Amino acid sequence: MHFSTLEFATKSNKMKNLKHIFNSLLNKIRPIFSGHYIAIAGLIGFSFFLLVAILAPWIAPQNPYDLMVLDIMDGLLPPLSKLGNGTTAWLGTDALGRDILSAVMYGLRLSLFVAFVAVSIGTTIGVILGLLAAVKGGWVETIIMRAVDLKVSFPGILLALMMLAIFGTGVDKIIYALIIGVWASKARLTRSQALSEMQKEYIDAARISGIPNWRIMVRFLLPNSIAPVLVMVPMALSGAIGAEATLSFLGVGVPITEPSLGLLIANGNDYILSGKWWISIIPGLVLVSLVLCINVVADRIREYNNPYLKSKDQ
Amino acid sequence: MIKYILKRFWQSGILAIIMSLIVFFGMYVVGDPVEMLSDEDWTEQDKIELAIELGLDKPLHEQYLNFAGDIVKGDFGISFVHNRPVLDLIVERLPATLEVALLAMVIGLCIGIPLGIYSGIKGNSRGPRIISFFTTIGYSTPNFWQAILLILVFAVFLQWLPASGRGDTNAMFGIEWSLLSIDGLRHMALPAINLAIYKICMQSRLARSGTQEILYQEYMTFARAKGITRNRIIRRHLLRNILIPIVTITGLEIGGLIAFSTVTETVFAWPGIGKLLLDSIHMVDRPVVVAYLILITLMFVFINFIVDVLYAFLDPRIRHQK
Repeated sequence: MHFSTLEFATKSNKMKNLKHIFNSLLNKIRPIFSGHYIAIAGLIGFSFFLLVAILAPWIAPQNPYDLMVLDIMDGLLPPLSKLGNGTTAWLGTDALGRDILSAVMYGLRLSLFVAFVAVSIGTTIGVILGLLAAVKGGWVETIIMRAVDLKVSFPGILLALMMLAIFGTGVDKIIYALIIGVWASKARLTRSQALSEMQKEYIDAARISGIPNWRIMVRFLLPNSIAPVLVMVPMALSGAIGAEATLSFLGVGVPITEPSLGLLIANGNDYILSGKWWISIIPGLVLVSLVLCINVVADRIREYNNPYLKSKDQ
Repeated sequence: MIKYILKRFWQSGILAIIMSLIVFFGMYVVGDPVEMLSDEDWTEQDKIELAIELGLDKPLHEQYLNFAGDIVKGDFGISFVHNRPVLDLIVERLPATLEVALLAMVIGLCIGIPLGIYSGIKGNSRGPRIISFFTTIGYSTPNFWQAILLILVFAVFLQWLPASGRGDTNAMFGIEWSLLSIDGLRHMALPAINLAIYKICMQSRLARSGTQEILYQEYMTFARAKGITRNRIIRRHLLRNILIPIVTITGLEIGGLIAFSTVTETVFAWPGIGKLLLDSIHMVDRPVVVAYLILITLMFVFINFIVDVLYAFLDPRIRHQK
C-alpha cells in the first residue's frame, strides 16, 4: 500500500508501468485462448464488429438517419443493385430506399452502444450492492438480497416489457430496462465472493488496524472478489444485445428513426412473405454473428475459470 | 416438511403482494390514467370528474386496497379497445398459449436431456463437440430471428407449413384446442419448434454440466469401484441427481416459455395472451396490460412455490432441514 507513495512517478517510469500492465494482461489472456481456435475466431470477429460500429459514421456509404439522401425510387432493391445516384447498394435497400449496408453499420453501432452502457452500469450497480450486502449485513443485506431473489424469479423479458409498458419507449428507457436485467446476478455473486473473502485473516488484520469499512471494501474486497463477476460480463453483453434486439423487434425498444439491428429485422419482416428476404435476413445474420462471437469467447473464458472442467482437461 | 412448505407459502404471498404493489404504482401512479382516457377538448372539470369516477381522488393506500380487492374478486375492468371484460379476453386466449408452450417443453425435454447426458458422459469426443457447436448457435440466435428463418424456409420457400394463425380447433372440456386437429397441429408446428429450439439448447447444456459435475463426485467413483454396471449407475445415481437442477429450471422455464411466447406469438400471429399483451401495449389498452402483468406474476409465484416443494421431495437434504 505504501509502495505507490515511495515510487517516483517520472514519465518513463509511468510508461514502463503501462507496458508492464499491458504485458501482464497479455500473459493472462494468452493461456485462455491459445490452441482454442473457435474462441480466437470469436475474439477477432467481435473486434471487427466493434471497429465497424465505432467507425460507422466515417465508413458507411450513406447516413441512414438523414431522410434527405434517401430516394423512394431506390426502394426494395435486391443486393448489388445500382442506385439512382450511380452508387451500388451491395446489400440491397429497404422500402424507403435506405442502403442496407449503411443501416446495418449504424444499427450495429446503436445495438452495441445500448448493450455496453446497460451492462457496465448494471454490473457496477450489482457489484456495489453485493459488496454492501456482504459488509453491512443486517437489514441492508436482507433488503438487497430479497430484491435479488425477486428479480431472479422473473424472466428478464417480462420485466423489460413491464418497464417499457410503464415508462414508454426510447433509447434511454431500453437502457434502464436492460440494467434491470443485469444487476441482480452480479450482486448475488459479488456478495458470496466477498463473504468468503471476509473469512480470511487479512481482513481481520485490516479491521483491527482500524481501517474503515468503505476502505476495506474498495481496497481489499473489491479487487479480490471481482474476477468471477468479470467472467460473467461477456455473457451479459450478448444477453443484453439479444434482449435489445428482441424488444426493438417487438416495437417497444428504440425509436423508428434510429433503427438498431432488431428494428431493422422488424422492418424487413413485413416483406418476408413476398420473398424480399435481404431486408430482414442481412441484419439478422450480423446480429447472430455478433452474439455468436461473444458467446464463444464467453464460453471459453467460463470454461477456463471452471475448476471442474479444468481438472478434466489435464 | 410441512413447516418448510408453510414457510415457502408465506414467502410466496409476500412476493405476490410486492409485485402487485410494483404493478399498481407503475401503472397508476407513474402513468396518468386521466391523460390516457381524456380527449384533447376536455375541460379541467371533465378531467376532475373522471378522476373522481376512477377513484383517483382518494388517498393512495385506499386506491391500492380497491385495486387489490377488485383483483381478488376477479374484476380486472373492461378493455378500452375490445370493450369487454379483460378477464374474459385473457381466459379465452390462454389455451392457445398453453398448448404451444407445453408442446415446446415436451419437445425440449425429450431431445435436450438425452443429448446433454450423452455429451456429459462422452466428454470431449467428436459427438459432444458437434452437439455443443449446434447448441451454441441455437442459444446465440435470438428467438424472433429463428422464427423469421423458420417462416422463410418452411412457409415461403418449401411451402410445407402455414406461417400464421391457429388453424382448425376441436373442443375438449368446452375449450378449443389446436392440438386436436390435423390442421391445428400443422399451424402449431412452427411456433412450437421456435420455442423448443432454445429449450433444447438450454436443457442439453444444463444436463451436460450436471452430468460432468456428478461424474467426478466420490460416490460415483465408489459405485464404479463396487462394480455396478454402467447402465445402472446412469439410471440410479446419475439421472436421479441431475434431475434436481433440471426440475428447477423446467419449472421456472414454464413461466419463461409463456413470457417468451410474446415474441413467438407476435411473429406467427398466434392468438394467445402474449400477442394480446403486445397489441395492448401498442394500443395503450391499460386494463389488459395490468391484468396480464398481475396474472402472470401470480402464476410465477405459484410456479416458484411448486418448484420449491418439488425440490424438497427430490432432495432429502432440503426435506430434513431444520
